Amino acid sequence: MKYDAVIIGAGMSGLAAGIRLAMFDKRVVVLERHYVWGGLNSFYQFKGRQFDVGLHAMTNYVPRGAKGKPLTRLLKQLRLRHEQLDLHEQSFSLISFPGAKLRFDNDFENLRGEVRRAFPREIDGFDALTREIAAFNELDLDAPQVSAREIVRKHIKEPLLEDMLFCPLMFYGSAREHDMDFDQFVVMFKSIYMEGFARPQAGVRHVLSLLTNRYRELGGELRLRSGVKRILTRENEAVGVELESGEIIEADHVLSSAGLVETNKLVNGDRGMGVPPVPGHRPEADATGKLSFTETISVLDALPKTDATIIFFSNRDRFEYRCPEELCDVDSGVICMPQNFRLPKPIDALVRITNIANYAKWAALKRGEGDSSVRVPANWVSGVRSQVSGNGNGAVPDTRNPIPDTSQADAYTQAKQNCYEHSVNSVIGRHLPDFRPRVQLVDMFTPRTIRHFTGHEGGAVYGSPKKVRTGETGIKGLTIIGTDQGFLGIVGAALSGISMANRWVLKEQVSEPVV
Amino acid sequence: MNDAEIKQAIIDIISDIAPDEDTSNLKPDVRLREQMDLDSMDFLDIVMELRKRYGVNVPDTDYMQLATLDSCVNYLRGKLVARAARVS
Repeated sequence: MKYDAVIIGAGMSGLAAGIRLAMFDKRVVVLERHYVWGGLNSFYQFKGRQFDVGLHAMTNYVPRGAKGKPLTRLLKQLRLRHEQLDLHEQSFSLISFPGAKLRFDNDFENLRGEVRRAFPREIDGFDALTREIAAFNELDLDAPQVSAREIVRKHIKEPLLEDMLFCPLMFYGSAREHDMDFDQFVVMFKSIYMEGFARPQAGVRHVLSLLTNRYRELGGELRLRSGVKRILTRENEAVGVELESGEIIEADHVLSSAGLVETNKLVNGDRGMGVPPVPGHRPEADATGKLSFTETISVLDALPKTDATIIFFSNRDRFEYRCPEELCDVDSGVICMPQNFRLPKPIDALVRITNIANYAKWAALKRGEGDSSVRVPANWVSGVRSQVSGNGNGAVPDTRNPIPDTSQADAYTQAKQNCYEHSVNSVIGRHLPDFRPRVQLVDMFTPRTIRHFTGHEGGAVYGSPKKVRTGETGIKGLTIIGTDQGFLGIVGAALSGISMANRWVLKEQVSEPVV
Repeated sequence: MNDAEIKQAIIDIISDIAPDEDTSNLKPDVRLREQMDLDSMDFLDIVMELRKRYGVNVPDTDYMQLATLDSCVNYLRGKLVARAARVS
């Protein structure tokens, strides 16, 4: 049996592409290496509790009926009603640097007011930047790539403000160190500052249920534990895939969300890049992304005393978005407290802290057979309060203390435990009041976890710095979708799958005569 | 199909594509894009649904014929008649 299309990966882009193809009666199968769908935005159970993997927030939030926005476009393409997503808005978020704080929410005017308050001399430049962003067509897939820093510096003279504006956008979507491509910057700026954050009551599970149910209703096939070993080509045209099991699946189209470098390897083995350079792209010595992350999750028995939903912070004067020398850089990060979305029903109080991490360092650590879980440090339960001043201006705790009770564990588990504690300690007193005595349960993922579950080389969450906006690979019938096509976040990834399925599979059908 | 049925067929397609839109009071002589949030991706969907449901082929060059409900009816009347004749 031959399929019209095989889709590699049951993440947001793969499922959305699958829905579009199944909707128009294509024979389509989505292949997922793991036993659960979702990819970068998946979910799991740990010690009887439900967790989301990647989701802090859905970006791109706009209310029902907002015209011409990515979220409304997505809803129409999947034929969903706005209310089916069950979205609830953030309270507010903070960009917190030693020199200034900016607060923002889902009303762009409030961010503008904050910029005027904190940087009065920059407001005209900020307005000019906003106008340039609003006028930019980020959907033009053939636009040349330019540095976002260069364009922002035309308008913003104060380096602190420049760094503060970049900080959330980079953390939520930049595959490039220090800088972003301007089109990516515009996509992120609009999705975070001009649109906003929201979350379904039930988190990412709810979005994934909507997608998988819709896909199956339409007759789409989803195969789990079906890793792809090779993409099969004949005379520079994709003809199907070979699974790890040796099974061959024939198809006219292959849509791959595996990533650019990863898809290349599926075609060419290790023989190198088969994808020709895309015109207008800056040359890239190594297309593998350098940015990976650790994330620590602390479950609390009571809400920490803050109403912020998300805090983007740097403890340094200048923001450094780059692969750190050490295992993880705890001096910048993102703190997410999902209970601070305006949810109708209360959920577990969590503090999630994301820090940039060095994949190679983590990959080199010895890992034994034992449990690698992170534990609540015994000394946190009592006596911590007296060490730390919680007023935000006082003494900063020593974050370099070795952890005594993991000496028998393997190097990987010890490193996790160390990073967990450093990560939490680095935000206490600066960005959050001391919540350590309230911690009931902890979990953590590392670049190795990301590598395992996404298949991305280097545990690169946002994939390669080289994006292929048209999806083209130089091989007929093989299309890149998802992260490395260049649209990010849940809404962006899903739109990536949709637009590529439309452009390369469905439009072809429209131009054929009706028989 | 008579004109009323063709018009209803288009409205049904739009209601399926854009479930958040109110399609009960669409003006037949005003451009659909002015009355609703429809972009080129949505027009592709209308075309694909016409093909799927009624076997009608709308080439790229004829998309502007779908601008209003009235123009849809005018354009599709001939196509649907031709189709019916071919089938019978």
